[in-house]
Amino acid sequence: MSQTELDCRGLSCPMPIVKISRAVKELGVGDELRVLASDPSFRADLEAWVTKMGHALKSFESAAGQQAAVICKQV
Amino acid sequence: METVTLSKSDLEALVDRMVTERVNERLRGVEETLADLRGKVQNGGGNVPEDRATLVVFSGEMDTLFAACTIASGAAAMGMEVSMFFTFWGLNALRVKKTFAGKTVGAKMVAAMLPSGPASVPTSRMNMAGIGPIFFKHLMQQRNVQSLPEMVKLVQELGVRLVACEMSLGVMGITRDELLPGIDYGGVATYLADAAKSKITLFI
Repeated sequence: MSQTELDCRGLSCPMPIVKISRAVKELGVGDELRVLASDPSFRADLEAWVTKMGHALKSFESAAGQQAAVICKQV
Repeated sequence: METVTLSKSDLEALVDRMVTERVNERLRGVEETLADLRGKVQNGGGNVPEDRATLVVFSGEMDTLFAACTIASGAAAMGMEVSMFFTFWGLNALRVKKTFAGKTVGAKMVAAMLPSGPASVPTSRMNMAGIGPIFFKHLMQQRNVQSLPEMVKLVQELGVRLVACEMSLGVMGITRDELLPGIDYGGVATYLADAAKSKITLFI
């Protein structure tokens, strides 16, 4: 179970979700992706994306607009 | 008629066998129907929409085209099959160059009045004779938002199906070599076939 990091800071919708979907495609089931982002709509979009795609959102931290989320690939 | 004498255990075994045969016969019928229904549900049964989004892109302004491309990319990133049908002003998004040679006078006039591609489309409001788009492009750049030409490239990269409407192409005198290579061409039935099985259908 590996963890890869994806830096989406400074990117605006829809780029964070597009990059995340590409990155998660490359992972194996059980692998994790740690995403850094700054877009205010990131949290809502990320939650919608993981629900639709059937993955798990393991953690979400936010401090002064800088966000870090960990996704675990489930399918 | 012959009379056969069976022991109790033989009789029980015979009844057992007959019941099992009858039940299996009935079960087989049920199992076949179940398999058929499962197959239908999996394949959409002709009535269940697929995980698919279809967009008609009729408008040709920077803001409307940008919205169309954002929705299409988002849908593709969420695992959906996406098609975009570009018609009339929407064809501006697919244009890579403008040619005049070999066109009728009418077609040349239309060519002169249409933008040469997604980089030079007006905004739907506040166009202010061309100042609007310059202003908005600057704002977008400041916020690191993709430009419209970048979004058109992105939808292609994400495997979104791009279809140009043959009829409006003809009316506006736009030729295939003026559009992006590798796109599909079709008519209204091409659009409707995709739209009829889509969960999401939009007219932009």
